Amino acid sequence: MTAIATSGEIKAGKAPRFLAAPQWLIAYLQATPLILILGFFFILPILTIFVVSFWDYDFAGLYPDFLTMNYTDTLGSWVTWKTYLNTLKFTAITWALTLVIGFWVAYFLAFHIRTTTMQTVLFLVCTVPFLTSNIIRMISWIPVLGRNGLVNSTLIELGIIPEPIEWLLYSDFAVVLAMVHLNTLFMVTPIFNTLMRIDRSLIEAARDCGATGWQILWNVILPLAKPGMAIGSIFVVTLVMADFSTVQVMSGGQSASVALMMKNQMSLLQYPAAAANAVVLLIVVLLMVAAILRVVDIRKEL
Amino acid sequence: MSHERRTLEFYVLAAFFTLFVLFLYGPLSAVLILSFQGPDGGLTFPLNGVSLHWFYNLFEKQAVGDFGASFRRSFTLGLMVMVVNVIVALLAGLAFRHRFRGSTTLFYVTVASLVVPSIIISLGIGVVFQQFGLRPAWYSSGFGAHLTWTLPFGVLIMFAVFNRFSPAYEEAARDLGATPWQTFRHVVLPMIAPSLIGVGLFGFTLSYDEFARTLMTSGTYNTLPLEIYGMTTNVTTPVLYALGTVTTLFSFTIILVALAVILVLRRRQAKIS
Repeated sequence: MTAIATSGEIKAGKAPRFLAAPQWLIAYLQATPLILILGFFFILPILTIFVVSFWDYDFAGLYPDFLTMNYTDTLGSWVTWKTYLNTLKFTAITWALTLVIGFWVAYFLAFHIRTTTMQTVLFLVCTVPFLTSNIIRMISWIPVLGRNGLVNSTLIELGIIPEPIEWLLYSDFAVVLAMVHLNTLFMVTPIFNTLMRIDRSLIEAARDCGATGWQILWNVILPLAKPGMAIGSIFVVTLVMADFSTVQVMSGGQSASVALMMKNQMSLLQYPAAAANAVVLLIVVLLMVAAILRVVDIRKEL
Repeated sequence: MSHERRTLEFYVLAAFFTLFVLFLYGPLSAVLILSFQGPDGGLTFPLNGVSLHWFYNLFEKQAVGDFGASFRRSFTLGLMVMVVNVIVALLAGLAFRHRFRGSTTLFYVTVASLVVPSIIISLGIGVVFQQFGLRPAWYSSGFGAHLTWTLPFGVLIMFAVFNRFSPAYEEAARDLGATPWQTFRHVVLPMIAPSLIGVGLFGFTLSYDEFARTLMTSGTYNTLPLEIYGMTTNVTTPVLYALGTVTTLFSFTIILVALAVILVLRRRQAKIS
């Protein structure tokens, strides 16, 4: 299929007089596998969730219906609102931290490392953990933060604290720490990308015009880094808003998130209730993404 | 003056970067060390002797869940996702070189597939399979769920690659009398090969570690991440760390092999040109 498709595409591109399938048809054929996969495993499931969110259910099964009960139940409960507030809190804190850390890491790599080889090596050092298991990386905090973990035993040995700090593990602090640990790379990569594309003569020009280091950073580099920051923000915000495992594992079940609430409903087979929550969560997340996209056109940035 | 400032900035940022790398790797190395905990040791430091006890424990079937079988499932699934990811992303990348009706929509749907919360996709596919009376399994519903996560990465990478791909090479090949297939096979493919390996690596590792989308779609048999996720709540011995060490080393090996292949390809290209 690749052969046919490409051959047609190239012929059609340069010599339309030859016998060849029209370009648009070739493009469609090439896009077909993607369309089919996303159609069946992405579009259809989302539509189904939307439909099922209006259905009735009991312990035995789902019944097609048109009820708004699932929505009024979830939106009418203060638990839902509290959970949303909690999720938004995690998202805001994680977003701010990953943005600041991600920017400075990317800035260091892009402007202070002189050779391309060294840049690539250091960038890979940052990227490799991202390609390993999230759950293992969460678990890895247990020996560090636990009651008898590294941090507590070190602080006690140094005589800084008399007894172990309890809130290091299984707390909101642990959740945020793990989220930053897991997601900062999503910020580093796109910001690094945009920083690398900044024309160095712009910075020279700013310096020649007498700008100080901070002025260059604030007036030249930061505005040009915005697209990367926006793309990183989309990743971090959507990942944290949808998180259930980090919250569950790192808070030891003491904290809640919207996705965790959904997961619990799913394990009780309350699919329509979970679907209603899914629709609400989806709308919230898409609104956040739309707000970020107002800053940047991602198609131009690739 | 300005030079002095720059060096100070460099040292501050270098220290910050070092801390960041320690933050990334520190906890992982704690797991690595603790997996060699003696038979009487617990989940935290200090080491109570050094042994391979927990690694042996890991491979005894009765001790923990069926680790071997779930590993084989995750490995197979990762390979399936990798192959499909490379082919579909390459084709889509070629398609996006031309404007076609709906290309913008397709692009945004692809991005949306990345942005929509994993658990929603998991729930949706689960319900679709239930309503159609299909049995969810890791190789059908789980496979599709993984593709909704890995394909957007693949397509975006190919999109970026072809955005920077000069058509001059293809024109030159054509002027020299190459057939379209020869042009693709001997000009385009070698040039984008490193990116394709990158797409494959992403496909494999993302699938191998994915579990939010697998949660509702894996059916009766667990993939490895689901197995580990289950273990976090009911396993309280360092066997958990042994499993962590084994899977992390496996991931590292895959990444290093892929990087080595990319490096070799780049070298060969540099030699030719």
